[in-house]
Amino acid sequence: MVKDQEFLESKASYCLDLAKKMGATDATVTVGHSISETVNFRNKSLEASDRSDGLALNIETFVGKKKSSISSSNLLDENIKTLIEKCFETTKITPEDEFNSLPDKSLLSEKINNLNLYDQTRFENEKKINYLNELEDSASLSQKIINTESSFTENKSNFILANSDGFCSGYKTSSFTASCVTVAKDENSMERDYEFTSKRHLSDIKKPKDLGEKAAEQTIKKLSPNKIGSEKINLIFDKRIAKGMLNAFASAVSASAIARGTSFLKDKIDQQVFSKSINVIDKPDIIKGMGSQNFDSEGVSSKTLNLVENGILKNYLIDTYNGNKLNLQSNGRNGGTTNLYFENGKISFEELLKNTSKCLYITETIGHGSNIVTGDYSVGATGFFIENGQFKYPVNEITIAGNFKDMFKNIILANDLDFEYSVNSPTMMIEGMTVAGK
Amino acid sequence: MSNFFSKSDLSRKDADTIVSDTLKNCDDGELYLEESKSESILLDDNKIKSSNYSSDLGFGLRAISDEVVAYSYSNEISKDSLKSSSDNLKSTLKSIKGTYNHEIPKSNKKFYEDINPIEQKTLNSKLEVLNKVNEFLRKKDGSVKQVTASFLGEQKSIEIIRSGGESLVDVRPLIRFNVSVMLEKNGRKETGVYGIGGRQSYDDYLKNDNWKNVCEEAFRIASVNLDSKPAPAGEMKVVLGPGWPAILIHEAIGHGLEGDFNRKKTSAFHDLMGQKVASEGVTIVDDGTIDNRRGSLTIDDEGTPTERTVLIENGILKNFMQDRHNARLMNTRSTGSGRRENYRHVVLPRMRNTMMLSGNQTQEEMIKSVDKGIFAVSFGGGQVDITSGKFVFNCTEAYEINNGVIGSPIKGATLIGDGPSILKEVSMVGNDMMLDPGIGTCGKAGQGVPVGVAQPSILIDKMTVGGTKL
Repeated sequence: MVKDQEFLESKASYCLDLAKKMGATDATVTVGHSISETVNFRNKSLEASDRSDGLALNIETFVGKKKSSISSSNLLDENIKTLIEKCFETTKITPEDEFNSLPDKSLLSEKINNLNLYDQTRFENEKKINYLNELEDSASLSQKIINTESSFTENKSNFILANSDGFCSGYKTSSFTASCVTVAKDENSMERDYEFTSKRHLSDIKKPKDLGEKAAEQTIKKLSPNKIGSEKINLIFDKRIAKGMLNAFASAVSASAIARGTSFLKDKIDQQVFSKSINVIDKPDIIKGMGSQNFDSEGVSSKTLNLVENGILKNYLIDTYNGNKLNLQSNGRNGGTTNLYFENGKISFEELLKNTSKCLYITETIGHGSNIVTGDYSVGATGFFIENGQFKYPVNEITIAGNFKDMFKNIILANDLDFEYSVNSPTMMIEGMTVAGK
Repeated sequence: MSNFFSKSDLSRKDADTIVSDTLKNCDDGELYLEESKSESILLDDNKIKSSNYSSDLGFGLRAISDEVVAYSYSNEISKDSLKSSSDNLKSTLKSIKGTYNHEIPKSNKKFYEDINPIEQKTLNSKLEVLNKVNEFLRKKDGSVKQVTASFLGEQKSIEIIRSGGESLVDVRPLIRFNVSVMLEKNGRKETGVYGIGGRQSYDDYLKNDNWKNVCEEAFRIASVNLDSKPAPAGEMKVVLGPGWPAILIHEAIGHGLEGDFNRKKTSAFHDLMGQKVASEGVTIVDDGTIDNRRGSLTIDDEGTPTERTVLIENGILKNFMQDRHNARLMNTRSTGSGRRENYRHVVLPRMRNTMMLSGNQTQEEMIKSVDKGIFAVSFGGGQVDITSGKFVFNCTEAYEINNGVIGSPIKGATLIGDGPSILKEVSMVGNDMMLDPGIGTCGKAGQGVPVGVAQPSILIDKMTVGGTKL
């Protein structure tokens, strides 16, 4: 069983009292407990089981404008005492930083809305095994599938965040995640693909049969790929890749990148950064949402933010420290975005495919080729060549490149948005990117 | 050396009893105990942005029967906690009939000292170095707009208790010192990053004001990129510089030679043992025994002493990297490559210091031989798809080559290639093998472990460069 609120609160207040007693002017404590159980299958039989049970403590102490932090997994009172002493000693000799402070009291979250983020259902390992059996049976129907690996993870977590201004709150969350990776082989190639599902509530996850079938189908489709020539071409990003554009955008509008001057979107508030049809929203209060939260990691209440309206940048993601630096108020985004998404476009997926006579449909990218300082983007990719709206043949060993500043202004979205993950996008087309191949 | 039993109701004798009882009828397994202390001090935007100290303590209990690995960990070292982990493993592994393999090789060699680098340098003197870095770079040139510098230090103590009570211990220091600088000139911004580190004290790396060299190198890379032009797109010849660019070897070849992927036949190399996978003259080893290197280990995380494993010898595939579990299932021996990020994770076969050895050509000859291509000097991260064999890495410093002469610097582009065939495209191997500066972290299955790489300059006849200029 995951530790209850009472236990975590008692640890948190022990830490706060001790820090105060030693002379800290302010302090913040997070205490969390998480239990997670995973079962792994390979080629239709049990391969591994994994149970983890972890406590985590994080303390920040302030002496005026000086700050330092410690973290530990050992919650014995004696150990906590030693660590807080060390933290306090370190704080005293750390130089002042005028922007250090606890969040403004008036911004702290007062009411905890029930976002239905916790499902207490216990899915015994036996049941995970049954789920994976069914999943792998459906994944390995085709002779072309030569290896299947799948897993089921159940996680239950609880936490308390408390600070010396009297904030003390936290809540339980759960997640149930199943994934399947399949390898297919033919005379020309060996390919891998995957499918997964992750939900707060057990009853919402995908059916094992559907998950296995989809993984296998996607993998087999990739067999015998071609390499294509180098050219400028329109790209369509599958939803699972399209959401990566939002992650790059989120890094570029984080207050820390803006304050440090290391973002290509610095000083772009109220300017056109996307094509006119684009709206980007970060919504923390979606019921059962994978990224939902009542408050950020400083206790600041988080509300829905329209980051981009009609292509115009409206807000940054602001935490207390960088907010102080930029002279802006925190909007409860310490720790990043919550449920981030592009609003639906106007055309269907089929219409998007037929939008140009030929294009590349990208299903996977590899590499870390996003440069947030310059906006340059260059990654390895695999996908499919599309002609007149029809999937023609798989493509790999190519790279795709461009610059976010141009790419963002050339986005066309389909109207097929789903709220599967914490970051979601409809299928996306970006016009005129460079593909390097043969 | 940590005493894991001094502050616990769990005695060594209890632990031995529970471990032996849990592993009865198992093929392998152990209790892994770990205590780590780490610090991170960061200067950013003219200020000490954070100073964090962290301590972690926990155990992981592993039982293996045939192909099944059962694992349970906790950060509470107590009799109850170990018992409940043991019960959890027993419930997974019902009706098993294995024979425990007690054999584990021994060695008394050590590749680093039992030091705690965090305690060896005062916080004040670390802060002083960071402030000097900031001042030095900002005074150096008006184009310097942002400086980030950090110290990361760690001491990790581990003990492995096997069935029957055999105990194996190791104490591992690790440090890293990093500088990142952003320049702005004529409206363009570019970043340069450089770092150093390994398994010694901070001062071993910082003597003679060596921090200045780190600053100079970060500054140089950023300045080169301020003048960079769009990179070309398409297939062409690529000359790689010595040292850190060996992450190409790590991504393209290394991962595909890890035992687990080959046992599962998901690696593009699984049926190529004994065959020619690289040009003649290409020899690649994975070595855990180099003194004080980031990827070195006295024993691996299963207690096996590390070694120098020859992976490819003169073009021929010779060995995979193995942990005990995959070695047993593949009928071979562990190469001392069983590693884990910490007690929260299971052991996997991983790389240590992966190196391509020197040949006898010069970098100059290579450049001269190229009509149209690029010269890649430094890289950011890389990644590989083990199954298709395709890998990428991102240039952070690269130049055009035109008619045998190095030309303008080019913007960071991704290079993509095919692991099993790339080494056959190596047509020249340089005589200038160099180790990387000690900064690599390898990710696999969500676990990061410190690694090293090394290589001489090499010429690759055909690779796809992912620029924007057609």
